[in-house]
Amino acid sequence: MEIVLVGLNHRTAPVEVREKVSFTAEQARRAAEELRARGILEETLVLSTCNRSEVYGVPPEFSHECAPGLSTFLSEFHSVRADVLSVSLYHHYDHEAVRHLFRVAAGLDSMLLGEAEILGQVREAYRFAHEHGATGPVLNRLFQGALEVGKRVRTETELGTRPMSVASAGVKLAERIFGKLHERKALVLGAGTASEQVVSQLRDRGIAQLYVMNRSRDRAEELAKRFEGKVVGWGEWDSALQSPDVVVSSVSVEEPLLRREILERAMAARGNRALFLMDLGVPRNIAPDAAELYNVYVYHSDDLSEIVQQNRSARESEIPKAQGIVDEHVAKFLSWQASVDLVGLVDALRVKMREERASFIRARMESMKHLTETERAHVEKLMDEMLEKLLLEPAERLRGEKELRRKIQNVEALRDLFLSYREKP
Amino acid sequence: MNHLFPILSVLAYLLSFVLYVRFLSTGNKLTGRLGTVLLGLGLIAHYFALLERSRGSHTVPYHDLYGSMSLFGWLLALTYLGLELYHRQRSVGAFVLPFILVFFLAAHLAPADRLSPPAVRGVIFALHVTLSILAYAAFALSFVLSLIFLGEERLLRRHRVGDVVWRLPPLELLAQMSQSSVLVGLVSIAAGTALGFVWVDRLSSQYSFYDPKYVITLVVLALYALYFRLARTTGWRGARASKLCVFNFMIVVLSFTVVNLYFSHSHRYF
Repeated sequence: MEIVLVGLNHRTAPVEVREKVSFTAEQARRAAEELRARGILEETLVLSTCNRSEVYGVPPEFSHECAPGLSTFLSEFHSVRADVLSVSLYHHYDHEAVRHLFRVAAGLDSMLLGEAEILGQVREAYRFAHEHGATGPVLNRLFQGALEVGKRVRTETELGTRPMSVASAGVKLAERIFGKLHERKALVLGAGTASEQVVSQLRDRGIAQLYVMNRSRDRAEELAKRFEGKVVGWGEWDSALQSPDVVVSSVSVEEPLLRREILERAMAARGNRALFLMDLGVPRNIAPDAAELYNVYVYHSDDLSEIVQQNRSARESEIPKAQGIVDEHVAKFLSWQASVDLVGLVDALRVKMREERASFIRARMESMKHLTETERAHVEKLMDEMLEKLLLEPAERLRGEKELRRKIQNVEALRDLFLSYREKP
Repeated sequence: MNHLFPILSVLAYLLSFVLYVRFLSTGNKLTGRLGTVLLGLGLIAHYFALLERSRGSHTVPYHDLYGSMSLFGWLLALTYLGLELYHRQRSVGAFVLPFILVFFLAAHLAPADRLSPPAVRGVIFALHVTLSILAYAAFALSFVLSLIFLGEERLLRRHRVGDVVWRLPPLELLAQMSQSSVLVGLVSIAAGTALGFVWVDRLSSQYSFYDPKYVITLVVLALYALYFRLARTTGWRGARASKLCVFNFMIVVLSFTVVNLYFSHSHRYF
C-alpha cells in the first residue's frame, strides 16, 4: 500500500506549462479512469488549481516503478512533450507525498503563504474523485487527513488571517471598523488596476452596493458593469459621499481630490457615520488634514504597505506552528498506514504458515502411518491452534499499540524477511 | 464554612482569564472556546458559593458587603457570557475577567459588615436588589467595552495596527455590544427601581423621596438612556458616545460608593 504523487506547481513550472497541464473536472475524471484501466494506479485523485496540477495515486505495485508511467501518461494526456514536462514535474513517494499534500492543505506550499482558497480546492477535488469512485481506502484516509490539517492550521494558527496585499489590507481594515461588509456601500474613485483590485476584494467580501466614479465615464461604466456597480457623475461629491461607508481613491491628480471641507460637509450630511477612506493615489488623493475629522479613518497606500509588511512577518512566524500540525498528522497517517500494512503482513504470514503446515504434515505423516484419520486431524488442529496463538498476540498488539507501529519503520523489510516478493498481499 | 466552591470559582475564573489572554495574543480559537467553558464552570461554582453563603437567609445575599460584591461579580460574568454568546465574540473576555476576579476576591477579603435587618423582606425586595446589581454589572460591562472601543479606535486612527487590533471585535460591533449591555442595564435598573418603590410603598404606605440614592439612580437611568439614544442615531455615535458611557459609569461608581456609604439610609451595598 504505497502512495505516489506526480505534479508541478508555481515553483517548478512557468504559467505556460501550468496552463497546459491543468485539468478540468471532466478531464480529472477521465484521467482517473484511464490510469486505472491501464493498470498504472488503483486509486487516483487529481488536484488542479491555477498554481498546481498534481496526481495522487495508489499504485498496484511499488510507487517508484509507476512514476515514469505516470509522467508519460501526463505528457500524453495533455499532449505536452515529455522533455518539456519532465523538467517541471516533481515526484514524491509515500511519507514525502503525504507530507507534501498536508503542506498544500495547510497553505504552506501556496504562492501566497497561508492563502485560504487551497483548502476549498482540496476539499472539492476530494469530493469529486470520491463521488466518481476514483478514490479508495488509502486516498480517502489521506485526503480526510489533509482536510483536518487544513482546518486545524486555520483554527490554531494565524497563518491565513492577516491580509497580504495592499488591497486586501485596506478591505480588512474596513472590516475592523464596520465588521462584515454585507450591508455596506463603497465608492471607488478611478477605474485603473489598483481600483479594480480593491473592487474585486470588496465584491469577494460581499459589499452590498458599489459606486464607481471616474473622469472617463466609459471606463467607469465598464468597471461598474463587470462588478455590478453603479456609475456616479464625476465631482458630484455631496451626493456621492453621503451613503458609502468605504471610499477607495486611485486617481492621478496634482492636488488632493477630497479636501477637508468636502469631507466635513459629507460627514455632517451623514450624521457622522464612520467613513473609511483608502487612498491609493500618488500624489495623495485625500487631503492629509481630513484624517483629523471625527469618525473619518484615512489610510494611504504607504500605511497599507507597512501593514502588509508586518503581516508578512507575522505569517512567517506562524510557519513552525503550522509545520508542527503537519508533522503530527503525517505521523498519524503513517501510523495508520503501518497498521494496515502490518495487519496485511500478519494475514499473509498466517496463510503462508498454513501452507507450510500442510506440506509439513504431508511430509511427516508418511512416516507415521499408524495414526488414524481422527488422530491426524487432531494433530493438524493442534498445530493450527499453535500457529494461531503465535500470530494472535502480535496481531492484537499491532492493532492496539500506536507506539509499536511507529517503531516498526520498514514494513517492507519485514515482508522481505518472512515472505517472498510474490507473496506480498 | 466550606471553601470548596469559592476556590473552584477563583481557579475557573483565573484559568479562563489566562485562556482569554492567550486567545487574544495567539488567536487560537480552541483556547478561546476553552476560556468560555472555564468561565461557564466558574459561574456554576460561583453560584454554589453564593448559595452556600446565603443559606439560612433564604434570599439573595444582599445584606453584607460580601454578598453585594460577589453577586455583582457573578452577574457581571453572567451578562458577559450572554453577550459573548449572543454576539459570538470572545476577544474582549481578557478585559472583562479581571473585573470579575477583582470583585470576587474583594468580596472574600471584605471585612464582615452587615446591614441591620429591615422590618419586611420578601420576593419584591430580593428582585429589587438583584435587578439593581444586574444593572450595575451590565453598566460595568458597557464601561469595559467602551474603553476597548476607545483604545482600538485610537490605534486605528494612528495607523498602529498591531496583533491585538486584528483580534479585537470591529468598532461597530463593540459599540453594539456596549449598547446591548446598556439596554440590559436600563431595563434592569428601571424594573429594579420600580420594584424598590413598590416595596417602600408597601412598607410605609407612601413613597419616600428623601434618600439621595433615588435621585442618583434616576440620574444614572437618564444618562444611560441619553447614551442609548445618542450612540445609535446622532453625530455622537462612535468615540463620543463611548466617552459618555465611560462618564456614566463614573456616576454609577459614585452611586455605588460615596452615595451608598455616606448619604443613603438604606442602600449601603446595592
